[in-house]
Amino acid sequence: MFNKDRWKEILEVLTGNWFRTVLTAFGVFWGIFILILLLSAGKGLENGIMQDFGDIATNTMFMWSRATTKAYKGLPKGRSFLFNTDDVEAIREKVPNLRFISPRNQLGGFGGANNVVRGLKTGAYNVYGDYPEIIRQDPMSIIDGRFINYSDINERRKVAVIGEGVKTGLYDNDEQVLGTYIKIQGVNFMVVGVYKKKSNNGDGEEGQKQIFVPFTSFSQAFNRGDDVGWMAITANDGTSITSIKNDIMAVVKENHKVHPDDQRAVGHFDLYEQFQRVQSLFTALRFIAYFVGILVLLSGVIGVSNIMLIVVKERTKEIGIRRALGEDPWSIKLQILMESLFLTIISGMAGITFGALFIYGINTLLDMNGPVDMFANPSVGLGVVMGALAILIVSGLLAGFIPAQSAIKVKPIDALRTE
Amino acid sequence: MIEIKELHKSYKMGANSLHVLKGLNFSIKEGELVAIMGSSGSGKSTLLNILGMLDEADSGEYTLDGVPIKNLNETKAAKYRNKFLGFVFQSFNLINYKSALENVALPLYYQKVPRKQREEKALKYLEQVGLKEWAEHLPNELSGGQKQRVAIARAMAAEPKVLLADEPTGALDSKTSYEVMDLIQKINDQGNTILVVTHEEDIAHMCKRIVHLKDGVIVEDKKVEQVRASQYV
Ligand SMILES: Nc1ncnc2c1ncn2[C@@H]1O[C@H](COP(=O)(O)OP(=O)(O)O)[C@@H](O)[C@H]1O
Ligand SMILES: [Mg+2]
Repeated sequence: MFNKDRWKEILEVLTGNWFRTVLTAFGVFWGIFILILLLSAGKGLENGIMQDFGDIATNTMFMWSRATTKAYKGLPKGRSFLFNTDDVEAIREKVPNLRFISPRNQLGGFGGANNVVRGLKTGAYNVYGDYPEIIRQDPMSIIDGRFINYSDINERRKVAVIGEGVKTGLYDNDEQVLGTYIKIQGVNFMVVGVYKKKSNNGDGEEGQKQIFVPFTSFSQAFNRGDDVGWMAITANDGTSITSIKNDIMAVVKENHKVHPDDQRAVGHFDLYEQFQRVQSLFTALRFIAYFVGILVLLSGVIGVSNIMLIVVKERTKEIGIRRALGEDPWSIKLQILMESLFLTIISGMAGITFGALFIYGINTLLDMNGPVDMFANPSVGLGVVMGALAILIVSGLLAGFIPAQSAIKVKPIDALRTE
Repeated sequence: MIEIKELHKSYKMGANSLHVLKGLNFSIKEGELVAIMGSSGSGKSTLLNILGMLDEADSGEYTLDGVPIKNLNETKAAKYRNKFLGFVFQSFNLINYKSALENVALPLYYQKVPRKQREEKALKYLEQVGLKEWAEHLPNELSGGQKQRVAIARAMAAEPKVLLADEPTGALDSKTSYEVMDLIQKINDQGNTILVVTHEEDIAHMCKRIVHLKDGVIVEDKKVEQVRASQYV
């Protein structure tokens, strides 16, 4: 089947009319090129957006209190309230399948006034009162010292973990950081650790300019009593936070005498839901890529089939001669099929190769010019390439099938008579 | 070698039907050189195509070397053609993108003879028709006579039981015609059975027997004194 003569003949036929062969091949080339390109662009977008999510635990929601919008149990609407530490305990008790419940308090903020002083240097940073679990929800790597622990919480130690950006702002280059003191709104905290957050996008800068202190010390130092500013709540794997967030909010509503149907009294941001939404966007993009790519490819395949039909027609007489000399009809069919398959695969491979080169070029450009928002490292996996090849083989066979059939449909005597 | 009985063939064209062969009977023994004579349209080619299994008769019997030829599927017909028959056509029917040698080797390729043997054998037959030096040439680099000699070499390469030639000299001038007939006579001298369709008297008389076809029936079937073509070459 794969003997030398067969290949020689395939090449003879395909090179017999270069222009036509190349034109035909281009259809398939283009189809697979587009497919690869669309898929890799989709992947690039996905990589970019996933980077924005960073390492954050995606099965997480954030929850904060707002003013009520419904009167309830004798209390008027428009009433403000704050979460407190009892809420945390109540949630822990009443809602199962929760992994972390981190109450948080916060000082400072974007563009706020300078709130941290060290010697002559000052800076404006976000300061958080946190529990040790927060590092599991909003991952960061400790590059020096340690993070907050439960001894800090229980003994209300005035310790702080600062970001790399804080370090560069408040310290000289080769200065020892651990054990030094910084003054946060007039209260001294000892630095026990330095963290760095993994994030390559634009928000990265801000992420490195935070200071974490124990929740209890924060409350004491800044007179927050048992108030809780907001909470970061992560569900166990296997339970989506989206499915239990209403239970959680119901608990705090009950604690604070908020009408159960008051939708606006408790604000929340459901990271998991956002994440799912983005995920389904990627799925849709992939679907579109395959749809468009395969349609373009299909038109290429139809082109191949058409040309093969013409080739067969042109060779009717030759096929008649060969049959008169005793060539098996199956052998003729196989010949046509292989010609079509060969043409499809070669041009498809060229498309894949060019697609890969193109992607490589784009990546090089991206690397040279620094990161771009929402787009990173476009690529296609080996699986996609294998899939494309499989599609090519199937389409090559399909393209050759009708021409091959028509090649042996004519009776040899009629084939011989044609001029 | 060949035996036909009550062979009928008609062509249907729309509502009409043209009865071309109206019950032919004859038999040809091994080693014969038979001319099938008749004016244009008398059904000579039709007969030869049926004998060559390129076409099928409507009714009647056909036996080739003791094998009844009936209801063949295409695969089987191809195999029989390859094994039993060699064709020579008026228009040569060489494959134009293949060299003389490759053309001659084709029937052997279909028999799955290994490449080297195939080429040796093809070259041997090309030598027999005096075209060894032209082996690598493409058909369009050959003259008409040369083309027909390549076609004859190709027909003989698979060592068929019967050689069928439809007006082999029809497209050639008389000198080349005689050269081709000389070749055919020599092949016949080696004991091969040959049928030559022609409408030319002189060509017919270079055979050993003439079957005369007229309006779809055999009007005459006679042995003749063979005129050797070599004396004209
Ligand atoms: N495929 C065909 N369809 C219809 N008529 C045909 C076909 N082939 C041959 N004929 C007719 O059959 C008759 C005999 O043809 P043919 O055998 O080719 O004659 P010859 O070879 O003796 O000149 C002619 O009248 C021709 O027109
Ligand atoms: Mg004829």
